[in-house]
Amino acid sequence: MRLNCPLCGDRDLREFTYYGASVYADRPGEGWSDAWDDLLHLRDNPAGETTDLWYHELGCSAWIEVSRNTVTHAISATRLLAGRGKAPAKGAKA
Amino acid sequence: MRYSGLSVLKEGLFGNKGWKPVWREPEPKAEYDIIIIGGGGHGLATAYYLAKNHGLTNIAVLEKGYLGGGNVGRNTTIVRANYFLQGNSEFYSHSLKLWEGLERDLNYNVMHSQRGIINLFHSDGQRDAFARRGNAMVNQGDDAELLDREGVRRLVPYLDFEQTRFPIYGGLYHRRGGTARHDAVAWGFARGADMRGVDLIQNCEVTGIDISDGRVTGVQTMRGPIRAKKVGIIAAGRSGQVAAMAGMRLPIESHILQAFVTEGLKPVIDHVVTYGMGHFYISQSDKGGLVFGGDLDFYASYAARGNLPMLEHVMEAGMTLMPMIGKAKILRSWGGIVDMTPDGSPIIDRTDVGGLYIDCGWNYGGFKATPASGWCMAHLMATGEPHEVARHFRLDRFRTGHLLDEEGTGSQHNTH
Repeated sequence: MRLNCPLCGDRDLREFTYYGASVYADRPGEGWSDAWDDLLHLRDNPAGETTDLWYHELGCSAWIEVSRNTVTHAISATRLLAGRGKAPAKGAKA
Repeated sequence: MRYSGLSVLKEGLFGNKGWKPVWREPEPKAEYDIIIIGGGGHGLATAYYLAKNHGLTNIAVLEKGYLGGGNVGRNTTIVRANYFLQGNSEFYSHSLKLWEGLERDLNYNVMHSQRGIINLFHSDGQRDAFARRGNAMVNQGDDAELLDREGVRRLVPYLDFEQTRFPIYGGLYHRRGGTARHDAVAWGFARGADMRGVDLIQNCEVTGIDISDGRVTGVQTMRGPIRAKKVGIIAAGRSGQVAAMAGMRLPIESHILQAFVTEGLKPVIDHVVTYGMGHFYISQSDKGGLVFGGDLDFYASYAARGNLPMLEHVMEAGMTLMPMIGKAKILRSWGGIVDMTPDGSPIIDRTDVGGLYIDCGWNYGGFKATPASGWCMAHLMATGEPHEVARHFRLDRFRTGHLLDEEGTGSQHNTH
């Protein structure tokens, strides 16, 4: 499996550290609430399309949001977490 | 039909024509007292102990594929009770005791082989940690011996003791640990449950869970609706999808764990050897294949196949630890879908829906737990109360902070 880093291009899986479902980036407000339990522990865990966070640890240190399929391992898009909402990187492929 | 030495002899003399199918293939009834979703090791064991320990037999086990076709038939077959934390320790101790009487209990040869497990250590700090773990095991009533380097060398002289990166300092030896024939465990529990009247229904995928006024009333399946008073979800890597049918989100992420088998070789590895520093462990099956594996691929997946980086890492670790296996040819590999919890420990608990129970989160270590998981889930479903040795396996422990973090790496999805 290779991931397309929006800054560095197509790179080997070994350069990245997986961080789990991208809901992890949606931190609830200050103070304790069950929303924190949701954030830290509960997962949709879909068999199919998912969006998760990867850290380009042995590369540019960017946080990357990856849309991929958990059944086929096909990757449909990658984008910088910092620029959420912007268009996916060009040339993103499985 | 009960198996015995005499029946084997008799069938051998008369052309093996008298053997009968091991279980029935019944049509599903319209209603059961209890439905178990998932015909893997834990589901079959639960049905067996519901019948044997609690006298409940109006039970169906619904399996979407074939019995024992998931992780129970694809794992590295290790059986051990070497846990440290209260909560885990008494549970796995109970499980090992069940293993020790399992063949007689099931009247089925599961080839349980207590060949001993050696966990290697490679530093003073790791030795202290293993000494502490060994003491916890002994306090629990199980066995553990701390071996120095020469002690390990006497048992497994073929290791590379002087490897430059992680020279071997010694090992924690758990003599009652070992292996069992994984398929036979599934078949033995299936046969035992069937003989007591449990309906084992294959090719019957559950597509919905019916809930009315906060209580479960039955399930929808590919073969029509089936009513039930109680339902148990025991679906391993697929727990998330099944629980979603009841509107639940679980503290579970499904990952791949790879394992590998070589061609059959003459007996060469007598124990189970683990090499934590390299994330590698190995044993030899009774058929002669070397069975070994390593760590997770470390990303959520249902692909049931792994990627090459972890394969390469496992091979490198194996070659570092025991160079003699370098010429063995890999016959096959597989990737199991494992249900990872944030703290690496399992869940056997009630849910917020009345009559709906869940047994999941076995991470990469469900096989050795099979008998006790079934025992405790049966106790929970029959009595409504958690079993003494499984009372810490709570579904809400992540929210309340009562974690069972055996590895001490924190309660996050990417750490176990």
